[in-house]
Amino acid sequence: MLPEALFFSAVLFVIGVVGVLTRRNAIIVFMCVELMLNAVNLTFVAFAQVYGVAGQIFVFFVMTVAAAEAAVGLAIIIALYRHRQTVNLSNINLLKG
Amino acid sequence: MPIFDLSHPADLTAALFPDLLLMGGAMVLLLWAVWRRESAAHQRTIGLASIWLCVATLGAVLYMLFHQGHVTDGPIAADSFRFMVDVIVLLGTIAALALGIDDNDRMGTTTAETHVLMLLASSGMMLMAAARDLMIVFLGIELMSVSIYALAGLNRRSVRGAEGALKYFLLGAFSTAILLYGIALVYGATGTTGLYEIHQRVVELQLGSSPLLLIGMALLLVGFGFKVSSVPFHMWAPDVYDGSPNPVTAYMAATVKTAAFAAFLRVWLEAFNAEIGTWHRAVAMLAIATMVVGNTIGLLQRNVKRMLAYSSIAHAGFLLVAVAAGSMQGASAMLFYLLAYTLATFGAFAVIVVLSRGDAPVTTEDLSGLWTERPWLAVAMAVYMLALLGFPVFGGIGFFAKWYVLKAALQAEEPQIALAVTLVLTTVVSAGYYLYVIMVMFMRPRPANSEAVTPTPGWTRFVMVATAAAILILGIFPDQTVRYVVRGTPRLGAYVPPVKTAPARQAALTH
Repeated sequence: MLPEALFFSAVLFVIGVVGVLTRRNAIIVFMCVELMLNAVNLTFVAFAQVYGVAGQIFVFFVMTVAAAEAAVGLAIIIALYRHRQTVNLSNINLLKG
Repeated sequence: MPIFDLSHPADLTAALFPDLLLMGGAMVLLLWAVWRRESAAHQRTIGLASIWLCVATLGAVLYMLFHQGHVTDGPIAADSFRFMVDVIVLLGTIAALALGIDDNDRMGTTTAETHVLMLLASSGMMLMAAARDLMIVFLGIELMSVSIYALAGLNRRSVRGAEGALKYFLLGAFSTAILLYGIALVYGATGTTGLYEIHQRVVELQLGSSPLLLIGMALLLVGFGFKVSSVPFHMWAPDVYDGSPNPVTAYMAATVKTAAFAAFLRVWLEAFNAEIGTWHRAVAMLAIATMVVGNTIGLLQRNVKRMLAYSSIAHAGFLLVAVAAGSMQGASAMLFYLLAYTLATFGAFAVIVVLSRGDAPVTTEDLSGLWTERPWLAVAMAVYMLALLGFPVFGGIGFFAKWYVLKAALQAEEPQIALAVTLVLTTVVSAGYYLYVIMVMFMRPRPANSEAVTPTPGWTRFVMVATAAAILILGIFPDQTVRYVVRGTPRLGAYVPPVKTAPARQAALTH
């Protein structure tokens, strides 16, 4: 059971990483980050079956923090949308050099 | 001598007193901040109250530093390393709050919560300094990061600010996810998240070549690499530093780096001490790449904030040299360097606060001929630049900071010749942009069409005088300073708690 869970979470994590690196829409990039976090949660739960409850407690912390992060992150995306009327990262290029 | 038994809630509370004071105070200030209608006067009041709260916390930290007791092994450290980091973080926070009061006035920002966000970020940093458990490291990093995402986008009218905040948020969240996966794999390999327990299990079960542990360590290194903005994970730093409000940029460049390096060093030296052969080469390569890239790209910048961003990347490289030394001496050299770097960075950004106009970036053009118009401002900026460069005498403490890092690299168990040579050579390269700023200020004429520089606001003047004086005075007495900092060397490996035997099923799993 453990190897399957680990394999599945690794696949999820890699999908998230590839999404962050290739997608250009800020919302989708953010969703891919959430996918990575959930892959981490799955890993913790899988290991918690072997090692005891600490891994499951960690999952609760990760979920809470992810919710707080989402609140701030979506606020930032909205703030930028009000200025630029787009959330496409290719158009967000004022700062460079 | 108090004895803290961390399994007792009362003792745990006592060991965390400064952190709890800052967090509780921040909550009260948050209520006070939103109680009144937004106004410039209210913003200044809350800023002042925040500074006093930091001073009180600093007092508590200094008390704990000088009255250290025996602490049992637990998730929280109560060693001098933690309290020295707290001192540097709190000094940086006070400077950032002082600059923030003036910069909010200048930009017409009247939201008083900005100061409270900074206090919350600082309490996260203090938690990072205290953490001896990966769970607490994670919570500290997130408490700090989430507050700073919001701070980066503080100025809602600025499109550059919003863009910087978005980049910081996306890359910050990405790096946190990588760091977390690293933590999960290390937990999977060792069955624990406590730093000392990880070390014990690695030694007992001989996990040195366990793929789970190695991948976990690599991911942790990448995650921390993002947080301390080391090359090749540095791309976000110049854009974010450029877009954020000046005090927040100084705070990100100096104080966030201090906390990130504190957690980085503790995790690496305490949890993976036995694995130093494995991670040492990777950290050394990151250090070399960071020093070379940071300093050479810094040469090309004409926007002063971007230049300081690359300078901060370069300084991350110098600090990584201290980590790569992997010794107690390296740890105290790192603390001393962070103190010097924090002072010089806040001074330089105080000058930028004075020179900034609206949302436009400050370029080296704005600095030309500053000597003829505002001699003291130019002299102060020269001191900060020389301190960042590590120039003897006039750079004060900056010279000794580099000197101690160099010494730690050469006196490490395995002398780090390549790192020391790179450090010296890239420092010479960095003279190209630090001295250019000084040359422009003193030797170029003031452009005819330039507007008069606005008078220096009170708090900014306070930050400039305090940092310049500290740089020069501590530069005269480096030995005394270092003696205090050496107290702050982590007693890593000196913990001798009773050896816990790993659970039987843990042993069964690995064999």
